[in-house]
Amino acid sequence: MSVAINIDKVTKIFGKDTIISGLSLSVKPGEFFTLLGPSGCGKTTLLRMIIGFNSIEGGKISIDGKVVNDIPTNLRNMGMVFQNYAIFPHMSVKENVAFGLKNRKIAKEEIEQRVEDILDTVKIKHLKDRMPSQLSGGQQQRVALARAIVIHPEVLLMDEPLSNLDAKLRVEMRNAIKLIQKKIGITTIYVTHDQEEALAVSDRIAIMNGGVIQQIGTPQAIYRRPVNTFVATFIGLSNILKTKVAVRNGVQGLNFGDYWAAIPGLAESTQEGTEVIVAVRPEEFCIDETITTGIPAIIRHSVFLGVNTHYFLELSDGQEIEVIQNTELTNNSAGSKVYLTVDAPKINVFTADGTQNLIAGGRGDEAEGL
Amino acid sequence: MKQKGFNIWIGIAVLLLSFFVLFVVYPLAQVLYKSVLASNTSDITFTMDYFQKFFARKYYWSTLVNSFYVTVASTLLASLIGLPMAYLLRSYKVPGSKYLNILIVISYLSPPFIGAYAWIQLFGRNGFWTKFLTESFGWHVPSIYGFTGIVLVFSLQSFPLIYMYVSGALKNLDNSLNEAAESLGLNAFQRVIKIILPLVMPSLLAGALLVFMRVFSDFGTPMLIGEGFRTFPVLIYTQFMGEVSTDDHFAAALCVIIIAITLILFFMQRYLSNKYAYSMTALKPMEQVEPKGIRKLFAYLFVYGIALLAILPQLTVIYTSFLETSGGTVYTGNLGFSNYENTLLAKDNNSIINTYIFGLCAISLVVVIGVFVAYLTARKKSFVTEMLDTLTMFPYIIPGSVLGISFLYAFNSRPLLLSGTAIIIILSLAIRRMPYTIRSSTAIISQISPSIEEAAISLGSTEFQTFRKVTVPMMLPGVMAGAIMSWITLISELSSSIILYTSSTSTLTVAIYAEVIRSNFGNAAAYSTILTLTSIVSLLLFFKLTKNKDISV
Repeated sequence: MSVAINIDKVTKIFGKDTIISGLSLSVKPGEFFTLLGPSGCGKTTLLRMIIGFNSIEGGKISIDGKVVNDIPTNLRNMGMVFQNYAIFPHMSVKENVAFGLKNRKIAKEEIEQRVEDILDTVKIKHLKDRMPSQLSGGQQQRVALARAIVIHPEVLLMDEPLSNLDAKLRVEMRNAIKLIQKKIGITTIYVTHDQEEALAVSDRIAIMNGGVIQQIGTPQAIYRRPVNTFVATFIGLSNILKTKVAVRNGVQGLNFGDYWAAIPGLAESTQEGTEVIVAVRPEEFCIDETITTGIPAIIRHSVFLGVNTHYFLELSDGQEIEVIQNTELTNNSAGSKVYLTVDAPKINVFTADGTQNLIAGGRGDEAEGL
Repeated sequence: MKQKGFNIWIGIAVLLLSFFVLFVVYPLAQVLYKSVLASNTSDITFTMDYFQKFFARKYYWSTLVNSFYVTVASTLLASLIGLPMAYLLRSYKVPGSKYLNILIVISYLSPPFIGAYAWIQLFGRNGFWTKFLTESFGWHVPSIYGFTGIVLVFSLQSFPLIYMYVSGALKNLDNSLNEAAESLGLNAFQRVIKIILPLVMPSLLAGALLVFMRVFSDFGTPMLIGEGFRTFPVLIYTQFMGEVSTDDHFAAALCVIIIAITLILFFMQRYLSNKYAYSMTALKPMEQVEPKGIRKLFAYLFVYGIALLAILPQLTVIYTSFLETSGGTVYTGNLGFSNYENTLLAKDNNSIINTYIFGLCAISLVVVIGVFVAYLTARKKSFVTEMLDTLTMFPYIIPGSVLGISFLYAFNSRPLLLSGTAIIIILSLAIRRMPYTIRSSTAIISQISPSIEEAAISLGSTEFQTFRKVTVPMMLPGVMAGAIMSWITLISELSSSIILYTSSTSTLTVAIYAEVIRSNFGNAAAYSTILTLTSIVSLLLFFKLTKNKDISV
């Protein structure tokens, strides 16, 4: 029942500016697919091309093999949830949800039934006679979702649907959206700039920057093996260090000052002395108070957050890094000296220009074998 | 300290309240009193004779029926023109739309009776086109007098109001509503019917009410072009000012009837717009797109055609003002400035100077009182300020001629002898414009966060200092823009001035009207052109000041 979406070398031009140039991706049937990127990266533009609000200047978008480029939006049968919900203010909840159905010449009894069912699914059955002005943001968002999926669209599109909600409601709603999407099994494309939200809801994520897809993969793959330094720093936090490849006893590794760590999976082409960029996430450092070998650092300050503690350290070359530890140090006063080690199998190593991951399995979802 | 500030505001509120009681309530009470007071006895006797007289004779009550016909037809037509006009100009890229906008506003800002007289010049019995078409082609040109002419003039003159209201609403309409409907399967036409129209309905109703009131209470147009077709305001005017058989008490009864009708309409409109009011803020307003093919043709034809029709009276007037006349009435066929020599440069050009002086005085009064009332009703809610709020809205529903008549009843004897003075005209102009200025000032003040004032007070300034140094300067740009629009409407006011003027307090509109009645079209055209030019210059100043092209009247 669910459809696949295939985007083939599409181009978007506004006036003289090329926003997207020859972008391709495919979404599998029933998949929850997220377009994630900083604002202005072209993710909303791409979404609006899929539904037809934006014209397509080159390439093809097809749904289950059928090209939709020239089909007007109102005949595309795609549901959309808007950033500001776009609830019709002059209609009650029920009328809003029934709006698309009434337009499809469906029998009255069936409309009633389908509206009831969907309101039940999104858990706002008790609000069906309310006017939009009497609803909270979260409730309005549920109406928008119900209205978009009640028409049984082939594709569900969501444009930053949670950005207008407060933090707590955002978490609650993203779980609700994920559950409802799985229950209905509809192919969904979701746009957001919030990486945590993307990690939480998506089957797969496409990271975009400057109109170009940087990486497509599962949340785990993208977090663990970012393909370049943009992704490494955009998804989660990464400390970026510059260093050189050093081979000891035939084992490839990296030098951090006097400290050497073996790096499994480092591409064989990288030879002794190759300059590289290393991305180490705060939790991939380890502070061991019992050792005196490792990367020397000075504690500047720390933030206790209950679950863990964030330490802000200064390396001997003056660079500041952030480290997360699950246990508190016995001596965490500012100025005290500690030694760091890295969780070598987890860290990522990039070419000196930051465009390529040198660890096996760090080259996108093909390599990860999704 | 706090107590002292409180007292100042109470004092101002009471002062303003007494002002409105004296110049709104008292005159209206006089009208009401006269309408039920028997005139043939020396005793004070209650009577309903005047109302009976009105409803008993068809000669009288048919004017009311006529007024309803004219008003309903004109309001509908104005909506049918204004609505598509607003939609087309908001959704399509139309070359020169900025100038079209200015033309439309100018056509609205001139007094309606000038439209009537210009159309007569074109298509009247001796009109230019009538003569041309009859003599060249032998065509029979249908009569422009009567019902047709009144409706033509009113709808072309009033559609800009609908246009401006709907255009403003469309600007606040978030395009994602439109897109949501599109994604749910609606085509462009269905979206207009099911989404856009219902959402602009409150603004359409508000605009339609203004059109209705304006048309219903205008007497200049039916007077000039109506001929045998007499409307209610014409009846009021002739009963009060006519040369034969004037009857003060009967005129008062007529005033009461027209106030009752406008009052009912006002509450009906308020009920309807409250029922259908939605708060909308557009994150992404509608995008203007390039129309294609046959749509483009029809859209351009409609937009340009209507704008031309609307501005045609002004063009006619400006053109004829440069035609030489002999004795003021007969065109000689030559171009020249004789009309301006007889008006602008004449020794007795009182009416021009008066217009500017009265307008400026009235506008100053309106702005000062308006700012105070807006501040009091928005920030110092109390019983007194709430009464003030209600009272200041009264003039909104009182037709100009009724206000003029009520002023004459109220201020015709000592100690309140004002009739015949400039003061009475300035006051009537100010009172008529007050509700609009107060409304817009209140809107401006409600956009200023009270915490800004609280910040000033926390830094040690008193409440009154805060008002003077923080609130008023913040309100000023908006208030000044509103004042310019008020000024333009004030200088084209006729219906109360025509009742209150004397030879020394005549204004431009009064002079134009008088010249038209005397068939002295050359002078009338010159006066009209001066008025139009003043409006245009003021409007350009408004655009310069506000840096946007949206106008609210």
